[in-house]
Parts: sequence; C-alpha cells; structure tokens
Amino acid sequence: MKPPPFAYVTAESIEHAVAELARSDGEGKLVAGGQSLMPMLNFRLLEPSVLIDIGKIPDLTGISETGDGLSIGALTRHVDLETSHLIAQRFPVLTEAVKHVAHIAIRNRGTFGGSLCHADPAAELPMMAVLLDARICVSGQGGNRQIPADKFFLGALTTDLEEEEIVTRIDLPYLPESTGWGFEEISRRSGDFALAAAAATVSLVDGKISEVRLAVTGVDDLPLRIRAAEDALRGSELDDAVFSSASQIVRDAVNPNSDVHASADYRRHLIGVLVGRVLRSARSRARGGA
Amino acid sequence: MADKCRVRITVNGVAYDQEVEPRLLLADFLREDLDLTGTHVGCEHGVCGACTVLLNGDSVRSCLCLTVQADGAEITTVEGLGTVDNLNSLQQKFREHHALQCGFCTPGMLMTATDLLSKNENMSDEELREGLSGNLCRCTGYEHIVNAVRAAMNE
Repeated sequence: MKPPPFAYVTAESIEHAVAELARSDGEGKLVAGGQSLMPMLNFRLLEPSVLIDIGKIPDLTGISETGDGLSIGALTRHVDLETSHLIAQRFPVLTEAVKHVAHIAIRNRGTFGGSLCHADPAAELPMMAVLLDARICVSGQGGNRQIPADKFFLGALTTDLEEEEIVTRIDLPYLPESTGWGFEEISRRSGDFALAAAAATVSLVDGKISEVRLAVTGVDDLPLRIRAAEDALRGSELDDAVFSSASQIVRDAVNPNSDVHASADYRRHLIGVLVGRVLRSARSRARGGA
Repeated sequence: MADKCRVRITVNGVAYDQEVEPRLLLADFLREDLDLTGTHVGCEHGVCGACTVLLNGDSVRSCLCLTVQADGAEITTVEGLGTVDNLNSLQQKFREHHALQCGFCTPGMLMTATDLLSKNENMSDEELREGLSGNLCRCTGYEHIVNAVRAAMNE
C-alpha cells in the first residue's frame, strides 16, 4: 500500500526536533533512514500526524574517539558502521554483526539510532548495544540523559524513550585490548531477521576468563544479556564443559516465540548451539590477542 | 491533505523542481510524476528489491524513501544506464548471459549490481552473491544473473 497522509517537517537542530515532537502531542514520529518506519507506514500500521525528518541535523553524525570509548552519532548508517576503520579496530564484533543487518540497499539508508529506537526483538544492533554496554544519549525537553543499553529496551518495539525524546549518540566504552569476540546468527535467508543470534566477548588472565559478556537476540521480547551464564563462566577455565553449562543456562533463561519461521523449541535449541560457537570463537581470538 | 513540499531532485542528470505530497514514495514520484516506469514496484516494504535506484551513488529502496527525503539528491534509475539501442556494458552482459526472463526484477538487479561494481571491482563469488541477495528473482534461479555480473566485473 501507500503511506497515509501526514505533514512533514525538516528539523534544523536537535532542539527543533524535540520541540516539534512535543508540539505533535504524541502523534508525531521521527524519521531518518526510514528503513523500519517506511514499511510500517506502507502497511498503515502507523498513522502519524507529522513526520519530523532528523536526517540533516549535523550534530547527529560522525564516529569519534572520546578517550575511553567511541561516540557514534545516531544518524550513522549501517554501511558507515560496516566500513569504519575505527570500529573495525576497536569493536570488530560490531563490524561482523552489521554485515548481518538486512541487505546493502537497506544498510545504505538505515541508521544505528533508528535500529535501536525501533527495537525489533530479532535485530542485531540492539543486541550489540546490550553486549557492548552502550550508553544511549538522548535529548528531550527536560535536558539530556544517558540510558544504559540494558535499561533502554523494555520489550518488543518498546524502549525507555519519552514521547518527546530523541536519541543523539551511542557511546561505546572500549574493551580491554586482548578481548576475544564471537558473533553467530541463523536466519532463513541471508539478510533476514535472526531466528536466533548470539554474541560474546571474553578477556583472559592466566588462562582463565577474567571478564565475559554474552548477549542473545531473536529468542525473547528484547535483546538480553545472560548474566547468570556470565557469572558461571567468569573465573572458569576455558573448557567445553563450562561452555555447555553456559549454553544450558541460556536455554533456560530465554522465552522464544513460535511463528511461521521456527518453533520456540527450535529457537531454544539453536541459541544454545550459537552460544557454544560464540564462546569458542571468543576463546580462540582472546588467546590470539586479536 | 497535508501541505505540499517543494523538492529539487536531479534524476539521470535532469534537474526537477516540483511540489509533492509528503507521503509520495520516491518510487511513485519516478513512475507517476516523471514517467520513468523502468523502476518497478513489487512488495512496497523493502523486501523484493525491484524498486532499487541509486541515491547519490548508493543503492536504495525507492519504496522506502519519501520523495521529500530525496530533496537535493541525485538519483539514477535504470533509464540512466543505457538505452534500448545502446545498452551499457552491464546490461549487455545481462543479455549475453540470459540473466532475465520476465524482466520484472531486472531494473533492481541492474541498479544493485551497479552499486556493487562501483564499490568493489574484485568481489569474491560469496561477496557477489551476498550483494545480490536482497533482490528477488522468481524466474532465473539467479545463476545467470550472477554470471552476468561476474562477467561485467571481469571485463
């Protein structure tokens, strides 16, 4: 179908976008790349009174080093994440994950901030934000605040954002230099949403896991860090038995849906397999010092 | 009806200055307002790839882009590649390798391949197939399309 009628405003600044959102009284929507919003408009799942285009606000662009991490503008396109040398150097797990986001024409338009705000429960970038302890910077009428990624996602397509708030930047704190990583996704076809996906980072000291993070998506209403599995792994030797028990903890912790693509049981099985794979990848990369 | 917006868009080298409704999809602007019906509309939600055009040199879904968002942009459609009497080299390879049957997906395939070739002249087979994987063809089984793009790359 075609989108329903709406008014259109080009926001000149963050303040302008916030003011227009507030003026729309909950009926307005922000648009940037539009790669999640436009399908919803074409299906008429949404009928906003006004679209506020933030795509030309200069403050929302660019990837920069802040001393303790990278600060990534909300308008950064998937293709810019994918091809950024800074990200490849500091967060190779993110470079790998972005390659799984849809297809080239979508990655040419879709933005990091947009993907987080859309909060699809099978999308890659929300999981990466949770894995990498992203701090999501937002501006609203009450000023600015930072939301930790694991407090940002509240459920399927639901975030902690207030109606008149806008995501401005995503800050990613650096990982220790020798951190290993793994990312695995299973989807029906290349570029589809994940049936299940997992990502891990592992740091080692004296052959034992000193720090570990494990995140999953596609298997619950929101992307999850599995803290119980991380606790079981931390301090342990890097053997497959420990990884198996971590997989079991993850299978018990998630609550997948059944749909036309896969049953809940199959998704639960898959996520355990993927957790084992990402932990083994992270182990080998951590040993190699990559 | 919402107020119309003024857009200035260059399509295949020709500058246009028009008033459009905010909700007008770029695909429909090209087809209905400019009569450039080479850009096809299939699924209208970004899955099939038939409506793919170049926006400032990058392939995009013209069904997932509002015309007003393309204000100031340069658009290339399949009409900007070659003509019936003078196919460009990629189109020529599509013909030589039988890379189309019904032709519905072809404009999108050509524009996606144009983007891929402009950014990587040395794609592996996996990269080429991955790059084309966002465009659906229901006739050919893809093999001939892959062959045509590979031949264009190797030329």
